[in-house]
Amino acid sequence: MSVVWILAGCALVAAALLAVYRLIAGPSTLDRLVATEMAASTCLSGMGAWAAYSVDSAVLAALVALALLGFIGSISVPRFRRSDRE
Amino acid sequence: MNAALDWTAAILVLLGSLFALTAAIGLVRFPDTVSRMHPSTKTQVLGLLLVLAGAGIRLRGSVDIGMLVLAGLFTVIVSPVFAHLVGRSAYRERGLRVDLMTRDEMPAEPEVVDESLDEDDSDDADLDSDADGPGDPR
Repeated sequence: MSVVWILAGCALVAAALLAVYRLIAGPSTLDRLVATEMAASTCLSGMGAWAAYSVDSAVLAALVALALLGFIGSISVPRFRRSDRE
Repeated sequence: MNAALDWTAAILVLLGSLFALTAAIGLVRFPDTVSRMHPSTKTQVLGLLLVLAGAGIRLRGSVDIGMLVLAGLFTVIVSPVFAHLVGRSAYRERGLRVDLMTRDEMPAEPEVVDESLDEDDSDDADLDSDADGPGDPR
């Protein structure tokens, strides 16, 4: 049982690191925005995995708050950013 | 029964984490912005829903399952909108590899649809002018 939790945690950490790599290396702001969204979703998955591992529902309020804030960020950034072609 | 449910929850969480890892690998390896939009908005959402389902099974009988449903619902509603915005911006700025595309159904400069009405009100001319798809998709 604990092996499964450890594997899930390692996979989530690796996903977050790869998203950070794309966030640094992405050639355009849209790539960085997509990588940021991926990192936020990975954080949500990590919170859910933590809530499942330690049977504790304290993290869920933070999970819902992060889902809402990720919504605001990911919708407003493509609307109000400047184009890269200039 | 409880042990079986806990194992189910753990395996669901592991599957969701592997989906997140797959999406991140795709985000690193795909060649252009429009391709990178897909794993971030499809694979990642599926993985998150699996993780939330596992957490809901593990936290069974709790009041806080509503929060899990709420977070999943927000994600499912938001990610298509995000994908649409990013894809439209990337297409307009040519953040895509044209040599990898097989069809471009959205011409860069759409034809201006002539909306002047004919005097004899024939609808056939309008149908013929839309033969190659809608004129202005934006």
